Amino acid sequence: MFLQMNNVAKTFAQHEVFSGIDLSIQENQFVSLLGPSGCGKSTLLSMVAGLESATEGSISLGGKTILEPGTDRGMVFQQPALFPWLTVRDNVTFPLKDKLSKKEQDQIAAHYLKMVHLTRFKEAYPHELSGGMQQRVAIARALAMDPKVLLMDEPFGALDEQTRHILHDELMKIFQETKKTILFVTHSIQEAIKLSDRVIVMGTRPGRIIADFPVDVERPRQRDNSRVIELEQEIMELLKGEINKVLKEELDHETKHFT
Amino acid sequence: MKLSILLKRVIFIGVLLAIWQGVYMSGYFPAIQFPPPTKVFQAMVEGFADGKLVSALLASFKHLLIGLGLAIGIGTLIGVLLGKSRQADETAGMYLIAMQSIPSIVWVPLAIMLIGLNETAVIFVVVLGGTFVMALNTRTAIHSVPPEFIKAARTMGTKGMRLFFKVEVPASLPYFMSGIRLAWAFSWRALMAGELLSNGPGLGYSLRYAMDFAQMEVVIGIIIIVGVIGSVVDQLIFSKMEKKVMRRWGLLK
Ligand SMILES: Nc1ncnc2c1ncn2[C@@H]1O[C@H](COP(=O)(O)OP(=O)(O)O)[C@@H](O)[C@H]1O
Ligand SMILES: [Mg+2]
Repeated sequence: MFLQMNNVAKTFAQHEVFSGIDLSIQENQFVSLLGPSGCGKSTLLSMVAGLESATEGSISLGGKTILEPGTDRGMVFQQPALFPWLTVRDNVTFPLKDKLSKKEQDQIAAHYLKMVHLTRFKEAYPHELSGGMQQRVAIARALAMDPKVLLMDEPFGALDEQTRHILHDELMKIFQETKKTILFVTHSIQEAIKLSDRVIVMGTRPGRIIADFPVDVERPRQRDNSRVIELEQEIMELLKGEINKVLKEELDHETKHFT
Repeated sequence: MKLSILLKRVIFIGVLLAIWQGVYMSGYFPAIQFPPPTKVFQAMVEGFADGKLVSALLASFKHLLIGLGLAIGIGTLIGVLLGKSRQADETAGMYLIAMQSIPSIVWVPLAIMLIGLNETAVIFVVVLGGTFVMALNTRTAIHSVPPEFIKAARTMGTKGMRLFFKVEVPASLPYFMSGIRLAWAFSWRALMAGELLSNGPGLGYSLRYAMDFAQMEVVIGIIIIVGVIGSVVDQLIFSKMEKKVMRRWGLLK
């Protein structure tokens, strides 16, 4: 399989985040990782990026075990993390530096900035852009190194509702145009169903995969589509149990400490 | 608006000068202790005309440039070391803060005994005056690099020296600039302390010379020059550079 996780576990100091994660992801698929906060979605994504190592098991991309970050995997974080001292264009060409001529770099930047509709702002500095625009630059920057996989960790989580919807549509277009494999972390059920070919639901305490839904609905997806509503309710039911578990544990914790 | 602020400031100085002149004319203080503003102004003009103040100023600037340059260089190296190495920081970080809290005039006797009554001793004091504050700010600058910048850069295949020079260095520039501005301010104070007790040349030395010869108008004139240079250099060079960086980095609107 293209992106393969075999029996992956992560433990920070004494705290086990998850264990026994097995997951196979096909090329050109849009896969969402959905789960309550704290279940280890970001940790798993960071491991695919190579920012964190696996305590147990292994992750491989195209048959090669992932040991460190590399330009075959682009990542977009919840915070755009653009470099404020560089122009929009120079941010986008940052991962390319040294490898290509100035002209080729400019062409690549122009191509991806056009894709995210920011051609006009190539000479601007990040602080001159809105949050949504900054996140689009971050997407263009990740795409510029032409990765095989695009990793996105709640990329629209900090944006307002309206901007989020616009960016959903843009991301869908980019997905169809570039044919990237996308691994998308979110805690929003609607977002996962709206965008993905497949939704992986994670549970917590201990972190694990509890369900794996193919989303067999024609794009673009409408919220009032009956299959969408059905899926939403199914996943909601699943997650309710998980969220209750977290709440109960936190309440127990509190009663233990304050009574 | 702008003009009215300027006007207020000019009037303020005018009033101060008038009070000064008034106290002088009251005859309460002997004229040798309390010269009128005109005499101070005349002393400054004469000092510049006969070149004495000019050469003192040039000597002071020479001490400052060499001392501040060394302080920035050494301070940056120490700061980067402490910023990057947890070991080094835990071991020496605390002592750096202790050193920083020592007023630079305290170093003067040590410098004179160690090096002698010469310009090198003055420069030594200037270096000590600026190095510690520079080191502390550089350390803070490195520590304050947002971790998401490092993470993002690493996912783009950046590591090692390239990560340091292309991401950590520019990301820490705003605090680094504050470090330079503070190093200048501390070095300038240290310079005056050092020169005051040296045997010249320099503005501080001229000040003590004037005191020894009871030339109050020269003493006041030099104090005014020191104050003016201090604030002008800060406002026109260091604050401006710092603000420019902060604005570009999106830290100031
Ligand atoms: N660097 C770290 N050191 C220690 N614990 C961590 C670290 N990163 C994450 N964790 C812990 O791992 C768990 C999962 O975190 P995370 O992957 O961020 O969850 P999610 O993204 O699903 O909200 C949390 O309990 C968090 O406190
Ligand atoms: Mg997360």
